[in-house]
Amino acid sequence: MAIGIRTGEEGSAGLASAPARSEAGGWRDRPILLRIISIVLFAMVWEIAGRIPVSFAFPTFLDTLAAFFGLIADGSLPMAYLSTLQPLLLGVVLSAFLGVGLGTICGLWRPGEWLVIPIFIVLQAAPVAAFIPMVTFVYGIGMTAKTLAVMILALPVIVLNTYKAVRNVNESLLVMCRSFLGTRWQVVEKIILPDASPVIFAGLRLGVAAGFVGVVLAELLITPTGIGDLITFHRSRADYAEMYATIASIIALSTLTLVALQWVEVRVFRPEKRGA
Amino acid sequence: MRTAVLRKEPSTIPAAVDTIVGVRGISKNYGNVEALRGIDLDFPRGKLTSLLGPSGCGKTTLLKIIAGLIEADAGTVTIDGKVVRAPGPERAFVFQDFALMPWATALRNVAFGLELRGRARTEREEIARHYLSEVGLAGFEDKYPHELSGGMRQRVGLARALSVDADVLLLDEPFSAVDEQNRRKFQEDLIRLRATQNKTFIFVTHSIEEAVYISDRIVLLSPRPGRVSQIIEPDIDRSGDPERIHRDKHYLDTVDEIWQGLRQYVE
Repeated sequence: MAIGIRTGEEGSAGLASAPARSEAGGWRDRPILLRIISIVLFAMVWEIAGRIPVSFAFPTFLDTLAAFFGLIADGSLPMAYLSTLQPLLLGVVLSAFLGVGLGTICGLWRPGEWLVIPIFIVLQAAPVAAFIPMVTFVYGIGMTAKTLAVMILALPVIVLNTYKAVRNVNESLLVMCRSFLGTRWQVVEKIILPDASPVIFAGLRLGVAAGFVGVVLAELLITPTGIGDLITFHRSRADYAEMYATIASIIALSTLTLVALQWVEVRVFRPEKRGA
Repeated sequence: MRTAVLRKEPSTIPAAVDTIVGVRGISKNYGNVEALRGIDLDFPRGKLTSLLGPSGCGKTTLLKIIAGLIEADAGTVTIDGKVVRAPGPERAFVFQDFALMPWATALRNVAFGLELRGRARTEREEIARHYLSEVGLAGFEDKYPHELSGGMRQRVGLARALSVDADVLLLDEPFSAVDEQNRRKFQEDLIRLRATQNKTFIFVTHSIEEAVYISDRIVLLSPRPGRVSQIIEPDIDRSGDPERIHRDKHYLDTVDEIWQGLRQYVE
């Protein structure tokens, strides 16, 4: 008994001292510096690899950067994004709401779980890109097909993560809410969703990343428009610097979106993790 | 066997004790394990009653049945004569594992019971502030649970239960996850709160010393199946220095008597 109490005390003492240490060391500013150094190093390695050259189809970093500004200047990159972002945004937003909603219902309601979850388990296991020609066959080559491609890739992981998070919610908080006379809806709104939000957001991040995969795949396989078309076009003309610039830009956009999503999560849903 | 003389309620039976919580014929089985069998108990208003017994005697189960968090297989629980089957505004629970929302500040955690009842934000936060200072946590309103020690977290849990202004406070081994020094301080605070708050406390513990130290009345439960084996009213003066109680002769005698009584259930 006494031993159990001691360890508990030490554990909480360790927890309490961790943030104090990080403040004292002034480490808060350093991660940004380290990240910049990491990006600069990556650019340098790329530049050197391009100058060797590793392959005649591998441009240097500076050439790619120049091509990037060239693509912005001649308007082709902004135009491509205009066409890509519409189905991407629509698909991701629809998947997020539909996925979190469906996942929550399945987590709370057994029949929903039996009806819906197996479908998404199969979808997540399946090589979903194989569906894309089928989507084209049914919906043609327009915006609908691209949006669907995004959703097919994004939805399963969002639904399954939300479902798992809702199912594994902290039991003692549920009992607490009930004992203080929380209604069923209050339990969902004030306990289940906040408690599940870290795992739900992990699913959203994976889902958004998969959505980017979906839209680029759709543009490479179905409709020669947008970013996918720009990549194909510059590849066919052997404008490798332009091709790399396009690819790098969509990777950067995807990364920035995920960072923004994390920011929203910490800001809105889990304020206690701010600064941690 | 139990040779020690147990100081049961002295023969001068107080005329019609004011009962707030009544338990009648409560039984509960988990599968084929009989957790509680035919429990009949009265909890007097304004007193601190402990449910004491070895693990497996069903004391927490009984407390949760009173709270309306577990359904009994048979029997009824009454509050002020009315049968209750679900949680109600006249009872508030303090949890063994604190059950604080990690994403909410101490203030919001304390105000949570009032938030669920739809009280306005400024009003409920004012009440929460009052009870946070009542449990000695003034200045910690904006801290998150992970920034507080175990003892402080349980103080937040206690303040939350106090802030909904229930008549009956149900405490489920509230100090078992708190270190020894904090536990002592906490027990002293509980004696003070009991004197000032005019509430009925029902307190589950497995610590004999703790039960004797803080209780007006101790219900001893025996295990497998859980039944009431004895009711003891320790005759201890708690008006002076709380430290003195630990050296009080009645205190030491009662602890020893209870231990003699419980000994047979261990091993």
